[in-house]
Amino acid sequence: MPTYAAIIYSADVDYTDPQYAETTAGYYAFGEAAAAVIRGGAGLYPTSTATTVKVSGGKGGDVVTSDGPYVEAKDVLTGFYLLECADLDEAVRYAALIPGAWDGGVEVRPVLPMG
Amino acid sequence: MIDPDAATSLDRLVRTEGRAVLATLVRTTGRLDLAEDAVQEAVVRALETWPRDGVPDHTRAWLTTVARNRAVDIVRREARRDHKEEEAVRLLDDDPAPTDSQAEHDVLRLVFTCCHPTLSLDAQVALSLRTLCGFTTAEVAAALLVPEGTMAKRLTRARQKIAIAKIPYRVPDDHELPDRLAGVAATVYLVFNAGYGTPPADGKGGRDAVERDLAVEAVELARLLHDLMPDEPGVIGLLALLFLQQARRPGRFGADGVAVALADQDRSGWDLSLVHEGVVLVGDGLRRTPDSPDPYVVQAAIAACHALAPSWSETDWDAIVSWYDVLLTVHATPVVRLNRAVAISERDGAEAGLAAVDEVGGLDAYPFWHASRAELLARLGRTDEARVAWDQALELGLPRPNARWVRRRMATLDA
Repeated sequence: MPTYAAIIYSADVDYTDPQYAETTAGYYAFGEAAAAVIRGGAGLYPTSTATTVKVSGGKGGDVVTSDGPYVEAKDVLTGFYLLECADLDEAVRYAALIPGAWDGGVEVRPVLPMG
Repeated sequence: MIDPDAATSLDRLVRTEGRAVLATLVRTTGRLDLAEDAVQEAVVRALETWPRDGVPDHTRAWLTTVARNRAVDIVRREARRDHKEEEAVRLLDDDPAPTDSQAEHDVLRLVFTCCHPTLSLDAQVALSLRTLCGFTTAEVAAALLVPEGTMAKRLTRARQKIAIAKIPYRVPDDHELPDRLAGVAATVYLVFNAGYGTPPADGKGGRDAVERDLAVEAVELARLLHDLMPDEPGVIGLLALLFLQQARRPGRFGADGVAVALADQDRSGWDLSLVHEGVVLVGDGLRRTPDSPDPYVVQAAIAACHALAPSWSETDWDAIVSWYDVLLTVHATPVVRLNRAVAISERDGAEAGLAAVDEVGGLDAYPFWHASRAELLARLGRTDEARVAWDQALELGLPRPNARWVRRRMATLDA
């Protein structure tokens, strides 16, 4: 069965803040509802905590860091799940249950087989 | 040499049977690209040999055998490269030509895969023409006015998404069927409109006679859907609508390829048996959904009002406005409101019509909204305003046959 990454783009906020308790509860509920297909995943702190790393001139070159995300946008990458599903229909069905899909968007992409 | 009519029906037979063989081969191999290459080869060979040697008794079995042998060849060649011998062996062991009901189910699966909502509409249209209508990539490109290389890339990308993201090859469950069918119908209707907006490919109007006629293909696709799902109101409505529009197509363009307004069309060229078939389907569709009719059924009812009218002046505009009111209850879009407003102008006069057209919001970028206003302004003698509105319609990209009509109309105002 293929594994899909469900990449969540939503508001760039600190989801540990109590004011987002409802959203957080929504993610716990998704975790239970999709337990059978979830193979991994993570939620992320806001992009204000992010550092973007580039190596100028390619491998071995100077390491250049900048404060903030790689791409600035209203909705940002806030987390992802790995979902093992029978096909794209099933993956889309689960992705629609992720709270981030309700006010942001969830990109569903097949994961490359490794090893 | 066989006569052109026989060649056309042979071409149709080979492509219809080829579609069934393709659908089954997709199921047994799980690979759209492989199945397409193999079936294309079988189709080409059939079109070369059948006119010379005669049509075999079991056309589907013939095509299946040739296509499967070709598929095995391709897989063997890949196997030598990638060590996948067992795939070739499994293919060889497969059951013989599918039965009719098996083949029907496979074709239905193929329809829902090609029109899967996770593919872009462009990709759905291209794939449908390639796999369901049996076009070559070059024919798809020509029909959709896209360079062949671009089209080849688009098709490859779509097939890769189907394979890698695993878009399923199955008929949707009952509870998701209405939504998915609406998507399929929208794709078929898009194919139809791509053809309907241009003169038929009969050698007149500057079109190449060998170019595939997308409107005809869309009608065939709708027929196929109706054969496969005869009880679905949306499918009944779609087929009815396409019949009723296609029936009036002969009058839509002059010999010079310029659009002819419905009011001025020669109705003697309309295909009355197709009109009849369409009207019967409208009745069937309405009976099945008395409470909330399907939008395609209602659009077909409107088309039927036009198709049954002996002339423009004897058109039952009251009935048409009422059908638009029904349509707005199930499909409220600005374009439907515009069409209703145009019907009101015919029923109640240009002044009432213009007020109704102006009431429709959200169509500033729609050339036909400006063209409709222009016509009504011209009828009211407000020629300068009409000219401005027509200029806007032309600027926004009115289709070419309509643009030529508008220029002609503007010239008569100057005279």
